[in-house]
Amino acid sequence: MTNFFKKQIKDKGRAYIYLAIATLLVVLLTGTAKAAVGFLLIFGIPLFFMEKMPAYATTGERFSRYAFLVIAASVLVFLIAPVLIIMPLSFNAEPYFTFTQGMLSFDPSAYSMRWYLDILHNGMKDPAATVGWWSDMWNNAQWIRATRNSFFIATVSATIATFLGTLAALGLSRPEMPQRALITSLLISPMIVPLVITATGMFFFYSSVGIAKTYTGVILAHVTLGVPFVIITVTATLSGFDMSLVKAAQNMGANGWTTFRRIIMPLILPGMISGALFAFITSLDEVVAVLFIADVEQRTIPRQMFSGIREQISPTILAVASILVVMSVMLLTVLELLRRRSERLRGMSPG
Amino acid sequence: MTTANPSIDQTDTLPLKQKLAKTTAIQRRRAFLLTVPLVLFLLISFVFPIGQMLFNSIHNDKVSGVVPKFAVAIQSWDGQGLPSEEIFEIFVKDLAIAKKVREVGRTAGNMATRINYELPGSRSLFTKSARKVGKITEGPYKEALIKIDKKWANPQVWLTLQRASHDLGPSFYVAAMDMKYNEAGEIVKADELYQIYLQNFIKTMWLAALITFICVLLAYPVAYLLAILPLRQSNLLMIMVLLPFWTSLLVRTTAWIAILQTEGVINDLLVYFGVIGEDGRIQMIYNQTGTIIAMVHILLPFMVLPLYSVMKTIQPSYMRAALSMGSKPFNAYRRVYFPLTIPGLAAGTLLVFILAIGYYITPALVGGQDGLLISNLIAYHIQKSLNWSLGAALGTMLLVVVLIFYWLYNRLIGIDKLKFG
Amino acid sequence: MNKLVNKTLIAAAVATTMMAGNAYAGSHSESITVVSWGGAYTKSQVEAYHKPWMAATGNTIVSEDFNGGLAEIKAQVEAGNVTWNVVDVELSDAVRGCDEGILEVIDHSTLPDGDNGVPAAEDFLPGALMECAVGNIVWSTVFIHDESKIQGVDGLTDFFDLGKFPGKRGLRKGAKPNLEFALMADGVDPADVYEMLSTDAGIDRAFAKLDTIKDSTVWWESGAQPPQLLADGEVTMTTAYNGRVFNAIASEGKPFVINWDGQIWDLDLWVVPKGAPNQEATMDFVKFSTGTKPLADQASWIPYGPLRKSSFGLVGTFHNNAEIDMGVHMPTAPDNFKRALQNDFEFWADNSDQLNERFNAWLTK
Repeated sequence: MTNFFKKQIKDKGRAYIYLAIATLLVVLLTGTAKAAVGFLLIFGIPLFFMEKMPAYATTGERFSRYAFLVIAASVLVFLIAPVLIIMPLSFNAEPYFTFTQGMLSFDPSAYSMRWYLDILHNGMKDPAATVGWWSDMWNNAQWIRATRNSFFIATVSATIATFLGTLAALGLSRPEMPQRALITSLLISPMIVPLVITATGMFFFYSSVGIAKTYTGVILAHVTLGVPFVIITVTATLSGFDMSLVKAAQNMGANGWTTFRRIIMPLILPGMISGALFAFITSLDEVVAVLFIADVEQRTIPRQMFSGIREQISPTILAVASILVVMSVMLLTVLELLRRRSERLRGMSPG
Repeated sequence: MTTANPSIDQTDTLPLKQKLAKTTAIQRRRAFLLTVPLVLFLLISFVFPIGQMLFNSIHNDKVSGVVPKFAVAIQSWDGQGLPSEEIFEIFVKDLAIAKKVREVGRTAGNMATRINYELPGSRSLFTKSARKVGKITEGPYKEALIKIDKKWANPQVWLTLQRASHDLGPSFYVAAMDMKYNEAGEIVKADELYQIYLQNFIKTMWLAALITFICVLLAYPVAYLLAILPLRQSNLLMIMVLLPFWTSLLVRTTAWIAILQTEGVINDLLVYFGVIGEDGRIQMIYNQTGTIIAMVHILLPFMVLPLYSVMKTIQPSYMRAALSMGSKPFNAYRRVYFPLTIPGLAAGTLLVFILAIGYYITPALVGGQDGLLISNLIAYHIQKSLNWSLGAALGTMLLVVVLIFYWLYNRLIGIDKLKFG
Repeated sequence: MNKLVNKTLIAAAVATTMMAGNAYAGSHSESITVVSWGGAYTKSQVEAYHKPWMAATGNTIVSEDFNGGLAEIKAQVEAGNVTWNVVDVELSDAVRGCDEGILEVIDHSTLPDGDNGVPAAEDFLPGALMECAVGNIVWSTVFIHDESKIQGVDGLTDFFDLGKFPGKRGLRKGAKPNLEFALMADGVDPADVYEMLSTDAGIDRAFAKLDTIKDSTVWWESGAQPPQLLADGEVTMTTAYNGRVFNAIASEGKPFVINWDGQIWDLDLWVVPKGAPNQEATMDFVKFSTGTKPLADQASWIPYGPLRKSSFGLVGTFHNNAEIDMGVHMPTAPDNFKRALQNDFEFWADNSDQLNERFNAWLTK
């Protein structure tokens, strides 16, 4: 470890001196030593991680390399910080959206689980009751109801979207497919058409056939919006698919169904599952169609968050958001594992 | 075609070429059949509803549906002075029937609303008159109607009625283009104080372009870093791009509210570091700035991912070759590396731009008064003002722009090249 | 295209999901859906109307929240798929909805007499009974401030005085009723407000007044927002619905003060969307809830004035605090009513499209 630091100092000794001078200047200019902390965080970390440049590199090259690292690191921080920052904030004991003094000094009493409890309590008839608490929570708590709705709608619509989408993707990836470009762009278009237009059209049409304000209507809308993701992922899996495998199977006497079940299915399964996950998460995250088509009965988590943000913004929303972030992390892990498996199966290098 | 081998002819009378064509046709049909369920599904659940909604923008039967005989009769009027006594009589009788029947979507109120769009302030003229018109049993109808309200003596009312009697017409596009019909029936620019749609449209395009540009600036270095780092490290950093990508839109918008609001994290930090005073807190959310920041954050992964996948395929040896041949690093980058990344850049730019101009939720939540986009105005007309035809006209305009860029995307990149993570 | 054909197509496409959906949603046979504005207001209606009615009839009520407007009713009625039974709307919407034929006509002679025997037609305040609507309460838009932060607010003029009271202002997003507030703050007598707004000069004057605070304004859209904005310190003063503010004061002990100067009052009415199911139960609920006692009871939960004269005498104290006399908190209490304006529904029916267009254009400039 000491060797590592020694090497760091030796390689970039001069750069550290420049950084120290710059920090000093910042402190002098702003008149507060606190600014140095932020300055060092932004500019020091990239310097620390910067790799050694070849001896012939000029100062200009070194500097532009360094500047590039600073910029890239800042953008990455910009991307991830908002997602992470809400987690500690959701444990705030006070109803504020910012770090209190107590939180900054790690005073345990400044942290609490109250907003997480509020997720359960909100809407319950009697949160203090000991008898019947569970059924009360399950049936009446608004967020729980929204969660049940979200998962029900997302599961059903992801299943339908995966079924229809995989079927279409199988057709699209056949070399004989007529009008491929046209049909592909039609099937992907729900992702491109502005949601307001889609949702409005559906609202009028679904109302006129009597399925607006029902689970059916919301599910139909979410199938529509999830389909492009299934098409894209399954087509991508099929693009590396070796068609001679199908021919080989058929030569050996397998019929269409057997070929599909024994050859195609196992190979495209990872693509199907990730397509299903994409469709699932699209439905889970969708709010515009729900705003137009759903009734109170079909309120989903995003819909509940939407009115929460609009009307009564409380840290409860942050608590819900934190749970959703944790869920995204888990989904992301599953997707990554699937991707690796798929590449392994298709004989590509794992990566 | 000559048959060289008679033995084939015995088993199959069709020539090879036809047989091949037949097999291909079967295969084509099979491939197509696989897509049929989804195509049908989308036609019913998606294409048809949108088409039907957009049809509202040129079709509005709120006059002909309420006073059908009048709508036909008024066409014979030459637009000079007031219509004839017969037309007045037909109007009075039609209106009385409409009032009595009270059929949904065919009431005097519906017609009043329709005319009020073009002749503000005339709504109560219709609804009030409809209540009294049943009492007019005999002529002269012109006088009797003007006795109910003297606004009926205003030729403007009749000119507007005549124009609106056509079910099909461009009048909602006229309104959507910030124009109106003047007293002579010509299309002129609306009063500046009432101009909103075209300006908002331009603003939406401009904001979308700005957001796209910021995304390019921010995504390029990140994608480059991810592409040059060893796989193990770049995979780790990739999580920092993918995690926000897969986090709910609402979550990210909430996060930005928490960070940017006046009592939020950034303002607290600035106060803490002494950059601003306690009363100098900056308004960064519920305005255009907030919309731009939040939308850049939400759309940035759509730029990073295509750029990254293109950059990953560029061999480092190209740059080394350029450098070894004596090129300056900047020139080598500009002449060799950058042109190779253009496909990724085009893909990201078009995708981000397309998604940005149709954005609704984020501006609705953090846009405040000046950060609203055209989608928000469409939603306003559909949900609040109930001017569905105007909402549809604005929607059509937005859809046309989006489809042009979508077509461009398809031509340049191909939508099937899209990848997520 | 033929509607019937579409129906068949869609039915085939969704048959499976439909079953799943319905099984999940369950069904309420003897139940009606009552829609109102949410929060403390809906709570007052649930306590005073819904619960007693359910107890008396054995029927159930599904209570839903909305943010006003006719969009939903219009969509349901025009599609012939009505799921709402009774909706609480503003006067201008009741009138417009009736004109457009999307509301049921209500026969006033079937409404119960007051408990003092006065027939409904005379018992209700003038204007409370419309062709398609039965009024239940008077509510008001007022402006409020936080007494722990600023003191000495005196009249509507101060709301527009950024020099005297620096800080942000909260206003409802829309032309109504900000234009009226602006003119009254500019010294126009309430009696002349709508006459003035009917002229271009009057509209210009109202917008010019709003211009003076535009850059310091936070726009709110739902009734729950303004008390929240004030509590969070996002605004120094804001317009708000009087009932919700009262609840923040009485139930949550917030140091808010209601300024009644220049209040703009309006009616809320029950309407029944045309073709609503369970007509009998629906009308029974409308009759029951607009009776003398329920209207008076409602006022013990939130200070919105009952529209029956016979209810006035029965209005008592706040439901959980006998020291709060609800009467003095009503918009119609003499002390609060000194400079008040009634919302002119006809003016807004005629001009809301145009003025909202101008308002939206003004907002984005």
